[in-house]
Amino acid sequence: MTALIEVIRGIGRRVVDGVWRMGVATRFFLLTLLYSGQGFRRFHLIVREIYSSGVLSLIIILVSGLFVGMVLALQGYETLQTYGSEEALGVLVSLSLVRELGPVVAALLFASRAGSAITAEIGLMRATEQIAAMEMMAVNPIARVVAPRFWGAVISMPFLAALFSAMGIFGGYLVGVVLIGVDEGSFWSQMQAAVDFREDILNGVIKSVVFGVAVTAIALFEGYDAPPTAEGVSRATTRTVVTSSLAILGLDFVLTAFMFRGV
Amino acid sequence: MPDNLIEIRDLSFAYGDRPVLRGINLTAGRGQVIAIMGNSGCGKTTLLRLIGGALKPTSGSLNIDGIDMGGLDQAGLYALRRRMGMLFQFGALFTDMTVFENVAFPLREHTDLPEVMIRDLVFMKLNAVGLRGAHALMPSELSGGMARRVALARSIALEPSLILYDEPFAGLDPISLGVTGNLIRRLTDTLGVTSVVVTHDVQESLKMVDYVYFVSDGVIVARGTPTEIRASDLPYVHQFVHGEADGPVPFHVPAPVYAEDLGLPA
Repeated sequence: MTALIEVIRGIGRRVVDGVWRMGVATRFFLLTLLYSGQGFRRFHLIVREIYSSGVLSLIIILVSGLFVGMVLALQGYETLQTYGSEEALGVLVSLSLVRELGPVVAALLFASRAGSAITAEIGLMRATEQIAAMEMMAVNPIARVVAPRFWGAVISMPFLAALFSAMGIFGGYLVGVVLIGVDEGSFWSQMQAAVDFREDILNGVIKSVVFGVAVTAIALFEGYDAPPTAEGVSRATTRTVVTSSLAILGLDFVLTAFMFRGV
Repeated sequence: MPDNLIEIRDLSFAYGDRPVLRGINLTAGRGQVIAIMGNSGCGKTTLLRLIGGALKPTSGSLNIDGIDMGGLDQAGLYALRRRMGMLFQFGALFTDMTVFENVAFPLREHTDLPEVMIRDLVFMKLNAVGLRGAHALMPSELSGGMARRVALARSIALEPSLILYDEPFAGLDPISLGVTGNLIRRLTDTLGVTSVVVTHDVQESLKMVDYVYFVSDGVIVARGTPTEIRASDLPYVHQFVHGEADGPVPFHVPAPVYAEDLGLPA
């Protein structure tokens, strides 16, 4: 009987802790937005974050994009060939990338490359009392450290997703047209005809912005909230990657359901 | 202008329902160096954090320069902190900035001084701690003692009227220890600031402080000038000053009977 009560008590404590943490995270996110104005006044910090989150993620994004596009073309060609519609390969590759794979895979890569770095950096700044020192110098760490990183990363995300898609389409072209020999004219012209700017590209950009906000907010909060120990920071980094990956996939389903139903 | 920069009256503080400090009375006169001593976990760092405004007292009053810390909002607290410097235990330098940028940080954040003037001020502060030649180094290239001195230069950048030191002597070699102790005394005298040093390094701090408060288990158990403290016959102070392993602060953490833990018949 007491064991049962203990179990129920444990569940209750976890739920309460979880809800509490959600509340703290929401408050932290709102504070980040509130101090964004001060963040933008330190524009050089945003530029620096665009460099470390965006530019330094380029290699993994570009290479992955290229290979995802190449594989898509190989697999797509196999299937399309059975129906005698190889020329639609361009449409298949570009729509898959622009609507889904570009934003989603780029965001997953971004979470593991840039998100984990943000968490580790802020977690260590806390552990070494740099955040406390800033507060003692009457400088608000949310305005000085958190907000610039937030905006730098959020600005980078759609560009990375766009580059991922562009590289993917180029990879698809390499395999489909150059290697397999699909007709180049129909590859590009069908793609042009089928991809709609508002329906496909804009929706893809919206997705990538939403993912960027989610990943960055999670990474910043996990770092800020990490226990100031080696173990605490390493756990927070892992949680950033896991939580933001799940958030990306969940949000992607919701956004897709709203954007593309019955089109 | 009140004579005392810091006035603490009947201050108590608790984390939740766990009391940490009880009935603290403490004053620090302008231009004085006072030390708060005690063994680890006695609440002395908490007291420093209260003075710095990172925590709010549960009851009692805490005035700094006539301003009641308990009633301050964030803007008021930040305004007061611009007149405070704090030296953290391991310096807490910003690891992504050079020594120069670290010292320039408070000046850049809080003043609109032109770049040439910031440069001059930074070099003056670095010269005061003897590290002008290290201005281009990154914090990772500094020794522990040097990092502490850079942090000290950074905390005096805005010419504060109060400097708080959290364990300034922890983990320093004997030379750096003496250098840091001398610096604290000299900066206090030349800048006319008030210094509060939280430490458990008795010998080094008794050399340079004006007044000592001994904290044990959340209450102030002894106070006095270094001479009075050295001569004190209070068991706790005696144990502390002479570094005895056993005494009022026991060597053993409370535990059941030894034989019981070893499974022997009592």
